[in-house]
Parts: sequence; C-alpha cells; structure tokens
Amino acid sequence: MKRRRLLAGPYLFWSVSFIIIPLFLIVCYGLTKADGGFTLENAAHITTPENLKALGLSLLLAFLCTLICLVLAYPLAMILSQSSISQSSFIVLIFILPMWMNFLLRTLAWQTLLEKNGVINTFLSFLHLPQINIINTPYAIVLGMVYDFLPFMVLPIYNVLIKLDKDMINAARDLGANSAQTFVKIILPQSIPGVISGITMVFVPAMTTFVISDLLGGGKVLLIGNVIEQTFKQGSNWHLGSGLSLVLMIFVIASMGIVNKYDKGQSGGSF
Amino acid sequence: MSNKLIDLVHISKTYGTNTVLDNLDLYIRENEFLTLLGPSGCGKTTTLRIIGGFETPDSGQVIFDGKDITALPPNKRQLNTVFQRYALFSHMNIAENIAFGLKIKNKTKKYIDDKIRYALKLVNLDGYENRMPDSLSGGQQQRIAIARAIVNEPKVLLLDEPLGALDLKLRQDMQYELIRLKNELGITFVYVTHDQEEALTMSDTIVVMNQGYIQQIGTPETIYNEPENAFVADFIGDSNILSGIMLKDRLVNILGTPFQCVDEGFGTNTPVDVVIRPEDVNLVKPEDGMIRGIVTHLIFKGVHYEMEVMANNYEWLVHSTDMFPVGTEVGIRVVPFDIQIMNKPISEDEEAVNIEA
Repeated sequence: MKRRRLLAGPYLFWSVSFIIIPLFLIVCYGLTKADGGFTLENAAHITTPENLKALGLSLLLAFLCTLICLVLAYPLAMILSQSSISQSSFIVLIFILPMWMNFLLRTLAWQTLLEKNGVINTFLSFLHLPQINIINTPYAIVLGMVYDFLPFMVLPIYNVLIKLDKDMINAARDLGANSAQTFVKIILPQSIPGVISGITMVFVPAMTTFVISDLLGGGKVLLIGNVIEQTFKQGSNWHLGSGLSLVLMIFVIASMGIVNKYDKGQSGGSF
Repeated sequence: MSNKLIDLVHISKTYGTNTVLDNLDLYIRENEFLTLLGPSGCGKTTTLRIIGGFETPDSGQVIFDGKDITALPPNKRQLNTVFQRYALFSHMNIAENIAFGLKIKNKTKKYIDDKIRYALKLVNLDGYENRMPDSLSGGQQQRIAIARAIVNEPKVLLLDEPLGALDLKLRQDMQYELIRLKNELGITFVYVTHDQEEALTMSDTIVVMNQGYIQQIGTPETIYNEPENAFVADFIGDSNILSGIMLKDRLVNILGTPFQCVDEGFGTNTPVDVVIRPEDVNLVKPEDGMIRGIVTHLIFKGVHYEMEVMANNYEWLVHSTDMFPVGTEVGIRVVPFDIQIMNKPISEDEEAVNIEA
C-alpha cells in the first residue's frame, strides 16, 4: 500500500509546486496591501463601473457561448452515438482535426478571416453581398470561443450517450412512449451528467479567457480576463490583479455550484 | 387456449451474411406460456425482438389478434417486454418506473397510484415506492421490471432471459413466482431462455430452436420423452444417442443387439438415431441383461448415482439409485417404451451440434 502511494509522488510534487503554492500566493497577494497589511480593497475594486461592466460582459458572453455550444453539440453527439463505428470515427476525426492545431493559431486565423478586408469580406464583395463587420465586437469573440471550445461540449455528452443502455430506450418505447417522449423523459435526463461536465468545461474557460477577446476584440472589448491581465502587465499591480482573480474564482465556483444544484434537483425525480 | 393470438408467418432475418431466422412459422395461443429454447445464436432472442417490434423482419408477417403489425413501432403494440438486464430507468424511483407507461397513457393519478400498489403487492415488494433502482438487488429489480410491464395490462408479456443474471436459488424461486403471476393475470407469456430446466418447469409449450430453425414444438413432456431429432434429445437433459438400424416395426438393432421398441412406420433396415435417457437404462445382473458391460465411472449426484458403462463399444450414461462400483460387470436392460427412435438428420442444419450441458 505504501509503495502504491509512492507512485503519486511525482504528481504530488507537481501539484504542490504549480497549483497549491501559486494559489496560496494569489490569496496572499489578493488580501494584502503593498505594505503587507490585510485588506479587502483589492477584491472590492471589482465594484468600479468599468470592472463591473467587464464582469457582466464576461458572464453574458460565456453564457451565450455555452448555450450555442450546447445547441450545436447535443444533436451532433446524438448522431455520433447512434451511427456505426466506422461512420462515427470519420465524423469524430473531422471534428477533432482542428484541435490538433494550436488554439492561438486557430484564433489568429479567425482574425484574418474576419478582418475588414479579410478573406470573408473579399469573397462577399466579390459576390456583391453586404460585408460583415463583426471583428472587434463581442460577436467575433463569441464566434471564436464557440469554435475553440465546442469539442469540450461534444465529447462528454457523446461519452454519456454512447454508454446509455439501449434496452432502457427500448423499454421506454415498449411502455408506449413515442420517440419525442423517449427523448424528453429518458435520454435527456440520463445524459445530464455529460451536459453538466460539458457546460463546466466550456463555461469556465469562456468566462476567464483574455486571449480570444484580445485577438478578436482588438482591445476594444474588455472582458474581466483582460482587465486582470492588464492590471498585472501594464499596471504591474499584483495585489489588485490577485484580488480581482479571487473575485473571478468565486464567480466561477458559484456558477458551477448553481449548475450542480440544478442537476441534483433534476435527478431527485421531477418526472 | 385455442385462439391464435400471435402468428409469425414466413419470418426471415439476416444480419450481413448471417441468416438468423430462415422462413420461420410459429403461432402463439391466448393464455399460453410459450418458451423459445435453444443455444445462443439460435434466433430465439431475434424472434422475441421481432414480436416486440425492436427488429423488423426482412420478409414475412407478424399477425397479432388478426391484424398485421409487422411495421408497427413498439409503442403501438399491445404487449410489453421484460428485458434481460432489467432496463429500469435509473433516474426515476420505483413508483415512477412503474407509472411510466400509465402516465404516457394519461391515466388519472388515483388509477396510477392504485396500480402501483397493486403491482408491488403482486411482486411482493410493497413499500418500495420511493426506493431508487440502484438500491435494489438483482432479483428485486427484475420483479420491478415485471411490475412495470404488467400494470399496462398487456395481452402478451415478452420475457428475454429474465432470470439469466440471478443465482440458482433465486432463479428457482422466481420460476414459481412467474408461474403464479401467469395464472393470476391470465395473460400470454412468451419466454426466451437457453436453460432447459427453466423451460421444462414453466412452459405449456416449448419451441426448441437451433441455427434459425424450429427443431420441435411440443409440451415439456413431449419434448423430453419424444425428442424428434438428436439435437433436441441432446439439448434437453442428458441422453444416450446411438446409431441404430430399424429392422422392422417395433424392432431396432442397437450396437449389434436387437431391442424391442414401440415405434412403427420407419420401414425395414432404415438407419435411425436412438435416444435412451440415462434414467431409463436399468442395470441388472450380467446374465439377466440384454447386453453386458463394465462400469467405468461412478459419481454420486445426490438424488442418484451417475455411472458410465462400457458395453458393445459404447459408453452408456446411466442414472440409478443403485450403486455399482467401478469394474463391476453388469447387464443392461431397457424396456421397449423407453426407446425413442428418430429419423437421421436430413440436412447439416439439423445435425446435433455439441452443446456444453
């Protein structure tokens, strides 16, 4: 038994050095002033109008991105789970292919595509169609986030659906449910755990991103991630940056808490 | 008992190059406990799934109560299925599981509540309404699956190896439970199993299947005592299957010795298969036997001794309450009534395959 535990050593070292100590430092910085005294001022700084606006926009865009991912991913996951192995592995390949490319590069590609004189607009004007100017707006950011995070929604849902007992679905049909009723009463509730982990895996990075908003927002759209980044890099104020990070962390944890609570309420039997 | 409730007409089903059912004809009468029995891959489960509507036959018709339901989806059929792995809805409690079919049919709350209580009482699980399926044992889950099916008052209950995952003792209890349920409810049961003992215990009619073909249809007594071919004889219980030559009516040559029997109409000097059940082989003093042999194996089985006797170059399987030690010379006697004569298989499909007992 002791030997087994020894195997966890490398990871233990890793997590202490790169997760626990940094987290501890952020808490320390966030709750102290430059002179070392305790303060809540850094965290309270979130209430300035600009910061509140950035936080609100982050929540809104992350919510939109999660919703769009869910709407796109669920049907795809259903089709994948019902198709034969050879078909589905082809679809999965197409779908995973972009993930082999670094996500910064993919986001940069979107920047080039969406530019005022970029590929898409050149093509549109060639067809005498109106141009789309969504670069440097929240729309472009949502588009980029959906493109980058969609696989994290599909895979957990697909994993749950593929493991669903086919006889459970047959049993529902057998007891008189048509396909719509079977979906609403059996497939959907059974797949909630996958949906929850999909939402978590999309919402959290979308909430905290600053690279996508930087590249596709052109510095004109400030998300809370950008505010924190700027505080650290341009303002070099580690205390304020850490304080805001703590607030963001609390928001993320709270959001996940709400989602999980909703999940428990579901499985408790609202049928 | 006489009405044809389900009629399968010329049913064929192929998966890729694998023909699972080949031109199968079968009817099921009202109030019957019919068992489809056979080794795995014989087509019994496919037959059940075609009746349930989960598979569509490539050709042929399923007639239910005089109407063609071949293309009808499962939710439109007046029958319910109990699945092998129970398939309870794990996100609903027991009451919600049982109520599922009734809620779909928009029954009143009072009707549903009464039905849940009635069904739980019927399967001896009163008071389990608020439990979750995961917290129940396999046997209990199976009984809930049965309760969930019967509250819908189906005309037919389809059961796909429902006791397969249970241990021996529980399986025997559930067999009696199922017979009781069938008698109380008065509905038709179509039961799939590979367990010959289960089939013999519960059925009114047994359909023995192998490789997509029906080998024999009959009551448990007929199937056991008068198997139509070597496959059925071998699959149902232990037996001695010997090659013989029918010399004339009521006389068969087995391993060089003529035996009196009761079968007629096989012609003269016809090669046949002969089945003699081990409990029908009587061991006597060597001088009293029709043939003589030496006991080569002896095992105590509880109810009886199981012995093997080498006689006329054949190892006879014998069940007897009398014990003869290994090495004893014995005589073998078989009364004419216990000798079952069968035609040799015509095609390879009917050839008895080796089945692990």
